[in-house]
Amino acid sequence: MEVLKKYPKLFQWLFLLIVFFALCFAIDVPETYKFIRGQAEFVKDPNQSAFVFLGKEVRYYAFDVFWRLPPLLGWLPIWINDSLFFLMNDWMPMEFWNEDTQEYKTRPLVLQITRNLTAFMTFLIELIREILLGGLETIVAFTSWDWIDANPWAELPGLPWTIVAAGSAILAYKLGGKGLAIYALLSMTYISIFGQWKPSMQTLSFILVAAPLSFIFGLGLGVAAFKSKRVEKGLYPILLVMQTMPQYAVLVPALVLFGVGDHAAVIITMIVAVPPMILLTLLGLRAVPPEVIEAGRMSGCNNWQLMSKVLIPTARRDILIGVNQVIMVCFSMAVISAFIGAKGLGFNLLLALNQLNIGLALEAGLCISLIAILLDKMSLAWANKQVDYFGNLNFFQRNKNSLFFGVIVIVGILFAYFGSIYFKDGYNYLFEVPHNKGISTADFWNKGVDWIFDTFFVYIKAFNTWLIVDVLQPMRALYLRMPAIATLVLVVGAGYLIGGVRSALVVCGLTLFIALSPWWDRALVTTYMATFGVIVSCIIGFTVGTLCFQNKHSTSFMLNVCDIFQTFPSFVYLIPVMMLFGITDTSVLIAVIVYATIPATRYTIEGLRSVPAGLHDAATMSGVTKFQRLFKIEFPLAFPHMMLGLNQTIVFALFMVIIGAFIGTEDLGQYILKALSDKKGAGIGLTLGICVAFIGLIFDNLIRTWVGQRKKHLGID
Amino acid sequence: MSEPVIKCQSVYKIFGANAERMLKEANGNVDAKTFQDNGCIVGVNNASFEVSKGEMLVVMGLSGSGKSTLLRCISRLTDATGGKIFIEGQDLLNLNNKELIDLRRNKMGMVFQSFALLPHKTVLENIAFPLQIKGIKTEDSINKAMDMVKLVGLDGRENYFPRELSGGQQQRVGIARSLAVEPDIWFLDEPFSALDPLIRKEMQDEFLRLQEKLQKTIMFITHDFDEALKLADRIAIMKDGIIEQLDTPANIVLNPATEYVRKFTEEVPREKVLLIKDVMDETNSYDIGDLKVSKDEIIENVAEKILTQEKTVAVIDSKNNVVGSINPAKIINTVFGGRKNNN
Repeated sequence: MEVLKKYPKLFQWLFLLIVFFALCFAIDVPETYKFIRGQAEFVKDPNQSAFVFLGKEVRYYAFDVFWRLPPLLGWLPIWINDSLFFLMNDWMPMEFWNEDTQEYKTRPLVLQITRNLTAFMTFLIELIREILLGGLETIVAFTSWDWIDANPWAELPGLPWTIVAAGSAILAYKLGGKGLAIYALLSMTYISIFGQWKPSMQTLSFILVAAPLSFIFGLGLGVAAFKSKRVEKGLYPILLVMQTMPQYAVLVPALVLFGVGDHAAVIITMIVAVPPMILLTLLGLRAVPPEVIEAGRMSGCNNWQLMSKVLIPTARRDILIGVNQVIMVCFSMAVISAFIGAKGLGFNLLLALNQLNIGLALEAGLCISLIAILLDKMSLAWANKQVDYFGNLNFFQRNKNSLFFGVIVIVGILFAYFGSIYFKDGYNYLFEVPHNKGISTADFWNKGVDWIFDTFFVYIKAFNTWLIVDVLQPMRALYLRMPAIATLVLVVGAGYLIGGVRSALVVCGLTLFIALSPWWDRALVTTYMATFGVIVSCIIGFTVGTLCFQNKHSTSFMLNVCDIFQTFPSFVYLIPVMMLFGITDTSVLIAVIVYATIPATRYTIEGLRSVPAGLHDAATMSGVTKFQRLFKIEFPLAFPHMMLGLNQTIVFALFMVIIGAFIGTEDLGQYILKALSDKKGAGIGLTLGICVAFIGLIFDNLIRTWVGQRKKHLGID
Repeated sequence: MSEPVIKCQSVYKIFGANAERMLKEANGNVDAKTFQDNGCIVGVNNASFEVSKGEMLVVMGLSGSGKSTLLRCISRLTDATGGKIFIEGQDLLNLNNKELIDLRRNKMGMVFQSFALLPHKTVLENIAFPLQIKGIKTEDSINKAMDMVKLVGLDGRENYFPRELSGGQQQRVGIARSLAVEPDIWFLDEPFSALDPLIRKEMQDEFLRLQEKLQKTIMFITHDFDEALKLADRIAIMKDGIIEQLDTPANIVLNPATEYVRKFTEEVPREKVLLIKDVMDETNSYDIGDLKVSKDEIIENVAEKILTQEKTVAVIDSKNNVVGSINPAKIINTVFGGRKNNN
């Protein structure tokens, strides 16, 4: 009794676990149960039950409700689908003037709007693409094909690669100094020499459209949310879901609305990249000191002047960090949207992975990573750069970079011209190195992979078998063995113990949504893979973080490593693991572990670093040893921040598990991938995406609530 | 001249959801405690006063006393919940947005505790900011701002950014910015509180020099009683949103209205605050010596002279007319005796 009073929380948790296990043992696996749910909508089977809701028929295998809840939400994907189709094809038909056929044509409103939008996007992308690579679509857009036929000279020539490379070096120099300029020059030259110029510029043109548009929309919505509580409240749940929604899932509905191609990819990228921009804008505007706002008001600013001249410039740094985030999201989307036909490096990477040509995939992946790191560093340098005073410089000093660029353009054109004389009957290497004419290292890598397979096959195979048979299969079986009701009790109970009734209700709602969807079993598989990844990542990240923290240099080194790894588009992680482990669950899990270890390590280090120096000194003066200090002072105080790292780790792990569907898993991700090639996949894809987002949000809610209380308890914030 | 520049009539500021309804129901009898029980916080409670042209009113109070809130009501950075505020006869609370912006662009200037400079603009650009907002040509506004830079003694630093300046220098920029549009009314919200004591004293002297030259109508907020005594024409002491006493520094020191005010005055060295005219006898004594002192002298400066006299000393005004008298005993009583009487 004494112990019970001393640790009431502990006993509550114990009680919860006892109930959970009791339920697990009390409810038997139904005899007819096979891992089947989710196929219900594809197979018609006399054993299935069915119900009709809102005119949609839902078929499913019925079990004891304690074992698996019936998919009462099964109509939702079908309904979303039908609504989308109705919107696109039948809703509000209107007369529209068709420029090509010179007549009025009846078209549904939404279709017309989306087509106009995509036409606009296509124009923007083509414009930039043709500045970089040459072409005539842009000119056609203003004239006509007939005109082009009559004037064969009218074609954008494209910039020689030398100019682009030198130009990016100048920009890098202006933003970040010498080091960044050298990096920019080297990576651009590498891309050119290794024959990846064209796809790289395609990817770059995609990003140069997607990133500014996302920035504008994100900034606008962020400002709107800052000004009106109502807008903020309306946006908040969407932002929350979008942060944990796998990017795959957005692809499918967008496919229906905007079709296939770069333009659709840009729109999807905006959908994914705008939320973090909104959040950072909001954060930045909130951080403007109230007195600065008052000073603006007292200077007689109207609302517009206050926003554009006082608030946004003062919040400049946070807003530019938002730009950095936007660019990072654009890169990961540049690869993922290759699934819906975006051209560029991502497409090549995907193709190479599909053909299991690891060498080619590695080359494409390296180029993406090089450009991603370059743009990441450039935008960060921009954010941290402080405004300088230009008033006392003369014209030449003020414009020296632009003048220098002008010189480079002329020199570059001259180079390309001489090149056209020198390389008379081949390719003009000083203008553009063609895709398959650069130096290729693919063969070397492929041979390396073969060698690794030949040499280590036995060991890799043994490890693989052990992991799958002795660890993964039993773990998966355990997860699937949980009766739905037991899972629900466990999750809701945890919610109640951590955050009271409110938290319990939120978590219960999220779990019920998944349980009532047709994909509960798949969600369990996703969760099991993510859990496995998170546990291993946390152990590694925690250990590495703690060890690195012992020394100042290793700390900053590790943080830099984390930065660079985080810059890689998530898809790139699949390349080396496929290289080593082939197409197995092990590959996916190892990619998950590598990817999710980044936030685990980073937050461990940051958490330990956030322990106030005063406490450090106080502990030292009370004569603690290094270990005592670590365990008695640093860990307890850093723990809340480390838990936030756990939160990020979970989100990262879920993302990677879903992307791992590309290698072949049997969880929610696989179904999203399937939905991509399904004509009626939009509703399914979106619902699946929401399911994944909700898994993330359940943990997010529990962890955040706990951290909030803990921080309050410790009096840190 | 008769019209006061700032005039407040029972101004209330109450924070909370049903503030207005509760204020109406309270019928002018606002009790902070009952409001608090209903989820409202009383910021300013029934403030009525006037500030006439060229006068400096210092509002003094500890943190949470509502002094800053009062100032923000008068500059309408927040809207008062009840009462009336007139700026040069204009009903402030009835101005629409455009008129308010006009008023701020032409008649008001404000200095902030944390300086509130724009980090992305240079000193000169910061000072020119209100002018440019007003739509004045760049060249004219820069010229005007340059005059302001000279006025506050920052010449040579006009192209620095705020991050490159010390606290005192930053506040000079804040002062210059608030004066750039040549406002009639000058609000200062604890302008020197964030500065080191030495810099603070220097800035106070500088501020007095400026005011002597410019003769603005000023509302000055501070939590420092000594600062209030040093600068003020009149002082308003606030506590829990209520103005406890509003009077000249001398009267506050000599006749504190409430127990709360008296606590502040206890530690004040009176000889440094009071003038001869505050303590002299208005009637001419029959036994006057040769020494004459001006009625506007601070006691401290002439105490030694008076105390070495055996006879009563004559007090004169600026035109050398004898307006009263003072004897050494009175000085001693003022400096050492007063406190006991109050205990």
